[in-house]
Amino acid sequence: MSATTQETLEREPWTGPTRHYDIVKEGVIATFVVLVLTVVLAAIFSSPDDPALTFQGWAKSAPDNLYATTVAELAGTSDSATYGPPYNTNGDGQAMGPIAPQKWAGVHQPVDPPNDFVINPLSSQQQPADVADALVTWTSASADVQTGWATGYDTALNDPQGANGDATKVPAGVGGPVPTLATGLVAMATSGALDSVLPAPGQFFTTDNTKQILFLGDGSYLDDAGTANHLQGNEWGMMNETGNFPGQQWLAPFSFWYQLPIFNSDATTGVAATMTANADLYILAIIAVMMLLVIFLPYIPGLRSIPRWIPLHKLVWRDYYRSRK
Amino acid sequence: MSTTTARHESAPAAPPTTWIGHLRGLLERKLPYEKLLPETQPSYVASWIYVFGVATLGALGVIVASGAVLAFEGPAWYHISHTGLFFNSLHFWSVQLFFFFMVIHLFGKFWMAAWRGNRAKTWITGTLAFVVSVGAALTGYVVQTNFDSQWIAFEAKDGLNATGVGSWFNVANLGQNLLIHVFLLPAIIAVLVAIHVLLVRVHGVVPPIDAAKVEAPPVPTVPEREGVR
Amino acid sequence: MELALRLSSDAPHYLSWGWLSVSVPNLIVIGAMLALFVLALVLPFPGNRRKTGDRS
Repeated sequence: MSATTQETLEREPWTGPTRHYDIVKEGVIATFVVLVLTVVLAAIFSSPDDPALTFQGWAKSAPDNLYATTVAELAGTSDSATYGPPYNTNGDGQAMGPIAPQKWAGVHQPVDPPNDFVINPLSSQQQPADVADALVTWTSASADVQTGWATGYDTALNDPQGANGDATKVPAGVGGPVPTLATGLVAMATSGALDSVLPAPGQFFTTDNTKQILFLGDGSYLDDAGTANHLQGNEWGMMNETGNFPGQQWLAPFSFWYQLPIFNSDATTGVAATMTANADLYILAIIAVMMLLVIFLPYIPGLRSIPRWIPLHKLVWRDYYRSRK
Repeated sequence: MSTTTARHESAPAAPPTTWIGHLRGLLERKLPYEKLLPETQPSYVASWIYVFGVATLGALGVIVASGAVLAFEGPAWYHISHTGLFFNSLHFWSVQLFFFFMVIHLFGKFWMAAWRGNRAKTWITGTLAFVVSVGAALTGYVVQTNFDSQWIAFEAKDGLNATGVGSWFNVANLGQNLLIHVFLLPAIIAVLVAIHVLLVRVHGVVPPIDAAKVEAPPVPTVPEREGVR
Repeated sequence: MELALRLSSDAPHYLSWGWLSVSVPNLIVIGAMLALFVLALVLPFPGNRRKTGDRS
């Protein structure tokens, strides 16, 4: 049967006609061509390097937002503070029904926003008298009192009928030492001191930027820069690069899922709300299935027969087919 | 008359009893030098689609070479040096070319159903190399120490954390990602690519889908007459 | 060594059709991938010296 003959032919070493072919020469030429192409592209187009954002930049361009974010960190209402594992236990993280790997993995990079982002950096530096006093007031109060101050001030600051983000409109006396602490941190950021202190106050070497990334992402400064550069997930941002450079086109199958409305819903209840809140986990599960389909393609009936049904191979081997007639 | 016993160098060797002997025997059977470095290829290896595998390899070489320079000078060098920026550009564009050629190579191999004839492992090692390369690209992006790194670290952490992987793989940890990007993942890719290329040499380039029809001996059209043309 | 054309100083160009949005550089790369794939299939390959019936 010809099918068996074909299979035998594929398995056995080729005994049919051959041609002279120098694969080492081909490899050397290919590498040389790629090298020349790379040098030409690099010389003409260079590469992207948008400078890193800093807390100093944030404090100078959007001080009100840094102030409000600092208050949220103290109040425990920021994204970082409520994230859950691996940073803290103030949230459960994402889940797909009963499957909750984020929660199961546990806290392995502990981040405590009120202390890590605000109190410890402030305490590590010499502060003006009012900030120093506010620090003493804060640290000598109980956790409940601290929470009361911070959440009270956070609510008052963000009240749409009240201050609506304007600190000058919050009634005096609300929040205890919180307004002074937040003002002190913004001043510290403006001076540039916060950028170096935040990763690891008091330490000489730092190679871990987790705290900075989390704090930076809690406000609008990083997010606005992402939007300005077309990098948001729901505008195919995963594929894009800063500036006018090509990005990661090969991530298109991954980026695609983040465009679906079901993963971008504003609903607060129902399936759409659940899918949106847990979008990363659902989408990664889909990607895992897609990857397994590609990796194990040789064993998947139907998929592995597509090249037979759509015979593009006749173009590849047309010289061979013609020569043997 | 010589009393020296002639040594027959072509006498059959005793079967190997050592691990090293067995390993040598295996290599001699599976991948003798003639198969590893042949001067010929089957005549059906005659299409431009076949150059994209070796082009991908070439791009990988340029990535490693440019990356080695960047590693030697440290991650902040290219922000402050024009030469550094040029090497960063070499690294950036060789990565673009690497994925560019790899996608075309994968596409071509799919349409040729190149996994046929016990070549599934070649396909699998190739797709695994692609997946690990995506990981290498991610770690590369987060060690650029610029805005792009900040953004990508901030975004990627959510997906990684959602799967529990973020518990130990922290894209905001520059030190961890530098080591993974410069050493760990390139080592894994090198091993996968080496196995992938050696498997191609072991099994040979896959024959055409209709090769059996082409290679079959011609069937006589009029068997009962004495076929004189 | 740097030549004049610094792409990062240009404003990035994006093309959008409804929910699809792609940067011009990415579109060029994707287009080039497809074009090169098609060319690889259709362009003639220099095939000359042949050794037939080479039994290994």
